[in-house]
Amino acid sequence: MSETVGFFAQVSIVDFLTDTRWEPMFREQHFGVMPLLLGSVMVAGGAAVIALPVGLMTAIFLSEYSGPKLRQVLKPILEILAGIPTVVYGYFALTFVTPVLRIFLPETEIFNAASASIVVGIMIIPTVSSLSEDALRAVPRALREGAYGLGATKLEVSTRVVVPAALSGIVASFILAISRAIGETMAVTIAAGNLPNLTLNPLESIQTMTAYIVQVSRGDTPQGTIVYQTLFAVGMTLFLITLAMNVMSQWVLSRFREEYE
Amino acid sequence: MTEEERPLGAQSAHHRRRRRKGAAFAVLCGAATLVGVVALAILLVDVLVDGLPSLDGAFLTSFASRFPERAGVKAALAGSVWILALTALFAFPVSVAAAIYLEEYAPKGWVKRAIQTNISNLAGVPSIVYGILGLAFFVRTLGFGRSVLSGALTLSILIMPIIIIASQEAIRAVPRTIREAAYGLGATRWQAVSQQVLPMALPGILTGTILALSRAVGETAPLIMVGAVGFLAFTPQGLMDQFTVLPLQIYNWVSRPQDEFRQLAAAGILTLLALLLTMNAIAIVLRNRYQSRR
Repeated sequence: MSETVGFFAQVSIVDFLTDTRWEPMFREQHFGVMPLLLGSVMVAGGAAVIALPVGLMTAIFLSEYSGPKLRQVLKPILEILAGIPTVVYGYFALTFVTPVLRIFLPETEIFNAASASIVVGIMIIPTVSSLSEDALRAVPRALREGAYGLGATKLEVSTRVVVPAALSGIVASFILAISRAIGETMAVTIAAGNLPNLTLNPLESIQTMTAYIVQVSRGDTPQGTIVYQTLFAVGMTLFLITLAMNVMSQWVLSRFREEYE
Repeated sequence: MTEEERPLGAQSAHHRRRRRKGAAFAVLCGAATLVGVVALAILLVDVLVDGLPSLDGAFLTSFASRFPERAGVKAALAGSVWILALTALFAFPVSVAAAIYLEEYAPKGWVKRAIQTNISNLAGVPSIVYGILGLAFFVRTLGFGRSVLSGALTLSILIMPIIIIASQEAIRAVPRTIREAAYGLGATRWQAVSQQVLPMALPGILTGTILALSRAVGETAPLIMVGAVGFLAFTPQGLMDQFTVLPLQIYNWVSRPQDEFRQLAAAGILTLLALLLTMNAIAIVLRNRYQSRR
């Protein structure tokens, strides 16, 4: 905390938020957090594009379509996916996903945001699917049967009755998953590179907030220098963003929950 | 046009379209479920193909080396076991005590609610933020340096919210009547908790703890922050020794460009996954054993 204050005593918050270059190691220092922030948002956004639809449809399948036996097989498999250490995902991104991407898009750089997004997306599928499934299963049977009684098909029951009834839980799981993607460190550090780069091209090398923190702490940075303090400033930014998202997710859950007895 | 006015043929076409849509959606959802399963399969096959050739006895008993053919995971494996044991030692008693307090003793009210919210928020903080905390507090302020002790304390703080939440759920699942019966026989609150509630909740608590510990074993980022090193030629002998762990050794190998080191990384991943698998198997066995005894 005091290190963060020390940092902002030397770098104004306005510079921190608006400067478009993050170059703390150069002679002419720049401390604009935008490239790092954009890097994090881009990876998390890409991951969300993959994980939210896939995770939600997985949840619908598990809760509405699959029988209990199939679910008993599928759920543990998805839990394994959640339990694999993130450094393993990083390895997977670098040695498998990136080479595959380069076959289709030869201009892809070795370290790129797209491959990081893909593995982070896979990583957070279980977060979305298991929390959404809990929400879907909490919707009472009577609601479904009422809809069937009116002649609705299973698709109509699922998408127009069950999903809307469970919406608060689903949205909460989405927010939580994105927050996890923003905080994700190792896969992104390994796969996305270490180049603070204000770009929207997912095939280029970028750096996220988390990857920057790792990069600095791998080198031996003496205490009290401004570079050491950047750790705390970036870490605090990251903490505040994820905290805000987690609080928002809980708020959505409690504010918009539909209670059934 | 209402249902009655519609000619019979048109209505059945409408029905058929609805059914077709429904079937397509079912297939789509099934396919989405397969995405996760297939991704896991590809990942495992990829690691197995790359890693198996390097995985042998010498790999487990050698230290890291500049020469890929002589490198091994001895220091990392030992470090992981050290960290695992110490983290369990620090985190388990404190977390269970906190869970008992919150469930059995804490008066209901805004204080308890605030603590509860705080704990669930802590569970969602990215692990690297814990690393920064560990660096500032354990490594610098308390002066523990880049030691096994700092690493284990940092990871303890990281997994404590997870163990607390799991233990609370396990304690909450013990029926009210058990406590009432104990009180009825003249037991004090502590006797009821320690002799009735805790033994019943233990399988749940242990399962939650082991799952939390397996998360700690897989963590890399906080330990990089705390200063675990990627290249070490000795195993830790005491609390204040330098250390490395499996995920960090893997990261170190992955970030080298040569293919030989990539294979070592894959072999390291297999070692790590084997360790995690063992822990999870223990959790399942424990749960089954206690459950059948009841």
